[in-house]
Amino acid sequence: MVDAVSSLTHFKQPLLKTPFHERARELSQVDSFIPWAGYTTVDVFTTADQEYFAIRNATTLFDLTPMVKYRITGVDAESYLNRLVTRDIGKLKQDRVMYCVWCNDAGHIIDDGTVFRLGRQEFRLCTAQRQIDWLLESAVGFDVELSEVTEQIAALAVQGPTSCATLKAFGLQGIELIKPFETRHFTVEGMNIMASRTGFTGDLGYELWMDPQHAEQIWDRLMQAGNSRGIRAIGSQALNIARIEAGFLSPNVDFVSSEHTIRLGRDRSPLELGLSWLVDFNKGHFNGRRALLQEQRRGLARQLVGLDIDGNKPAVNSLLYLDKAGNREIGSVTSAIWSPTCKRNIALAMVEAPYFRLGTSLWTEIYLNRELVWERRMVQARVVEKPFFAPARRRATPPADC
Amino acid sequence: MKEHDAIIVGAGHNGLVAACYLARAGLNVLVLERNEYIGGAAVSRQLYKDFTYSNCSYVCSLLRPEIIRTLELPKYGLQIIPYEGGCTMMRDGGHLAVYDNHDAFRREIARHSKRDAESYERYARDVMRQCKFIKPLLMREPPDPTSFRPRDIQELLYLGKRFHNMGEQRMYETLRFWTMSAADFLDEYFESEIVKAHFSGSSIIGTALGPRSPGSAYVLLHHYMGDIDDTVGAWGFARGGMGAITQALGESLKASGGSIRASAPVEKILVRNERAVGVRLAGGEELFAPMVVSNMDVRRTFLNTMDESDLPPEFVRQVKNFKIRGSSGKLNIALDGLPSFPAIPPGSPCIRGDLHVTDTIEMVERAYDDWKAGRWSQAPYIDMLIPTQIDPTMTPNGKHYMSVFVQYCPYRLADGDWTPAKRQAFGDTVIDTIAQHSPDFKKLILHAEIRTPWDIENEVGLTEGNIFQGELTLDQLLFNRPIPGYAQYRGPVRGLYMCGSSTHPGGGVMGAPGANAARAILRDASRGSRAAH
Ligand SMILES: Cc1cc2nc3c(=O)[nH]c(=O)nc-3n(C[C@H](O)[C@H](O)[C@H](O)COP(=O)(O)OP(=O)(O)OC[C@H]3O[C@@H](n4cnc5c(N)ncnc54)[C@H](O)[C@@H]3O)c2cc1C
Repeated sequence: MVDAVSSLTHFKQPLLKTPFHERARELSQVDSFIPWAGYTTVDVFTTADQEYFAIRNATTLFDLTPMVKYRITGVDAESYLNRLVTRDIGKLKQDRVMYCVWCNDAGHIIDDGTVFRLGRQEFRLCTAQRQIDWLLESAVGFDVELSEVTEQIAALAVQGPTSCATLKAFGLQGIELIKPFETRHFTVEGMNIMASRTGFTGDLGYELWMDPQHAEQIWDRLMQAGNSRGIRAIGSQALNIARIEAGFLSPNVDFVSSEHTIRLGRDRSPLELGLSWLVDFNKGHFNGRRALLQEQRRGLARQLVGLDIDGNKPAVNSLLYLDKAGNREIGSVTSAIWSPTCKRNIALAMVEAPYFRLGTSLWTEIYLNRELVWERRMVQARVVEKPFFAPARRRATPPADC
Repeated sequence: MKEHDAIIVGAGHNGLVAACYLARAGLNVLVLERNEYIGGAAVSRQLYKDFTYSNCSYVCSLLRPEIIRTLELPKYGLQIIPYEGGCTMMRDGGHLAVYDNHDAFRREIARHSKRDAESYERYARDVMRQCKFIKPLLMREPPDPTSFRPRDIQELLYLGKRFHNMGEQRMYETLRFWTMSAADFLDEYFESEIVKAHFSGSSIIGTALGPRSPGSAYVLLHHYMGDIDDTVGAWGFARGGMGAITQALGESLKASGGSIRASAPVEKILVRNERAVGVRLAGGEELFAPMVVSNMDVRRTFLNTMDESDLPPEFVRQVKNFKIRGSSGKLNIALDGLPSFPAIPPGSPCIRGDLHVTDTIEMVERAYDDWKAGRWSQAPYIDMLIPTQIDPTMTPNGKHYMSVFVQYCPYRLADGDWTPAKRQAFGDTVIDTIAQHSPDFKKLILHAEIRTPWDIENEVGLTEGNIFQGELTLDQLLFNRPIPGYAQYRGPVRGLYMCGSSTHPGGGVMGAPGANAARAILRDASRGSRAAH
């Protein structure tokens, strides 16, 4: 016991290191690391802008290992997941992936994530937050086995217009044929790699899943293979710009899991998040179905929408108003950036009914720091379609350069 | 002859808080304290050379920030310094530590149960939800549900609205929460024994309940209340011991013109024509004021310090039935150095937090069984801290002060009265318990103050040694505290007020009863002066 005690280090170094950590350290120019799901990860390697443009122009590597991964197996695995999530898992074929959300009985969102079908009775669930408690609670009455496998699987997002060519050069023969949301297994120099055509950038891209002991070797080979295609490692900041352009939601930014809400009225339903396309009322019972049906009938109290805002100052944390005087508050911004590619000032925002309708014009309150002097601006904005950026190459199979 | 506008009986922190507010409102107040020192159960004393003890209360987690601010306590020397973490040491040499860092704590719980590490989030969420509901009620006078005065109706509506606004689901949860046992509550979140045992601790502190007794879940929340203010240092030590709080209150009071007389035990609260008119001290001296405010618990106020014939008989019966059973003892120990605890990993900051040794709920419940049988627990629950690892002012450098709060210890023993020998035997039980987890502990002891509930009653004036001036169970909370119909700080005779922990929202070094009482008194005073014009 005493030895076990003296070997404990988590109170000295609470954050784990991913298998790519040493590589990331070498490439980090600005020493900017942030905690993510219990790991220390890179926020910025060089500058967020340079890294962002690599996502939209070349190939990028993003260390995805901290994504929480669950392995779900057993005869009831499919029916369990079907009960858990709002989409129809019965329609998820082997070697394919589905983006899903799941709710509590009140129809409030617990989290979002991706479900991989690895076999008839084997699935993988990837999420941004840990939730074995909820998953086990929902598993009562189902013959399933559930375990967290985050540490057993290293993951790397390879995203950008030249990513397919890079991966091909790296040795994934036939990668150009896999379609969006499809997965395939490859062996490169004896190393097993699963590739999925998924990602958080809204661009052409893939995610690689591998044994942690091959992580560094795969990283090095990828860097080599992508050398002539502009490959670079990116951190969370660059990815965040891309994901807002793509209209993707970030947990604890655009919504709070109802596993964590303390105040009333902070829970969100998938319908409110603009994810009604993920809710399949025809598939049979699932957690939150009745509440969501009721909400659909009643009409939404608020909805997450895209905003196009005049000017070029990101509306970070802005309150939204109906009138320029700011008398009638109707919502707030959850994510905001200047879109470097669209050259638009964009945001995701939670807006009260009925003002979330497309085309509605509203006002955002933006604070500007001009050489330490704060100025307040009321800037006009419109509710617009998402995604803000959706290049055709993200779906092209095979991609143009492969 | 009117010398003072108000006399406050007792210089506990609540009496001082009430006095400060009254003095700041322009009243001429006099505080009378039985002991030669002020502070009541929030006190720092030197019983062994150069060592300062927090003789009773030892952690400052509940003191309302608005009181600290309004009464300018930092200006008068009060500094609250945060401590982090804590640990339950297990009988098999293992441990569960608490860390401030979210990831460190998750990984720590995960050593015992991966699932519990994550359900902790749900637990913290639900406890927080309940705290958020209760917090605004702390600094308000509870409504009288039977009166139809506009103010009461308004307050009832406020309460009802807050409750209603929770939504159906949370209303159910709240009702369950206020009545269920801590063990049942914890079972809804955790599977690991050690995790449950650790969290169950705060459900029993100061209460004559076991973790399996209905109502103990609420007590758990009472101790979390300090966490809700989102202010840094809400949970910590008062620099210089808990007496720093009452010393600062005393200074603040003097600065606004109030006065304090120590060694002035009040023997009788004087009533003439159904009105409190003043007090008589033990020596016979009589002091008069149109308002008398008692900081003593209700039992002591009405049964020991007043003539029953001055009071309504039904009221007296209810006071006699008020639950105020003592269940806790305290050891204050001067140490020659820092004891070692082999279960705690070297370098772990958890040693600077609250340390415990009961590793299952069963063990805590068995400790409670001893109390029910009229003996102190053979394997007690202890809440032990060594504040001198953080506070440099209480002992000489390199020496340490250890505060050991103990449950359970009865006020009345089954085998007759407390004697010095029994007190020593109680202390030995506690010291032996600690020594099981710290081989060098006994060698380091320079001095120990051992306090049983009987001592606490006699030295501090808390009836039966109940640390909260009455138990915190639903039948004695909100508009039922202390006595139904008398929850608004006003006694059964005019001019008599209550401001101690016996009143809403209850015990702990919170100051809310004192502040609420002052508000009620000032409201009456302004009504009286309006009527006089
Ligand atoms: C051992 C122990 C540990 C505790 N630990 C904590 C803790 O860590 N954190 C926490 O928040 N709370 C703790 N508490 C509880 C907390 O200390 C009390 O609830 C609180 O201090 C009570 O304050 P009060 O002002 O209401 O009453 P008291 O402090 O009881 O004040 C009453 C005062 O009246 C005086 N008095 C009595 N009779 C007379 C008389 N006839 N004439 C004149 N004066 C009289 C007394 O001497 C005393 O000064 C603890 C209590 C004890 C006993």
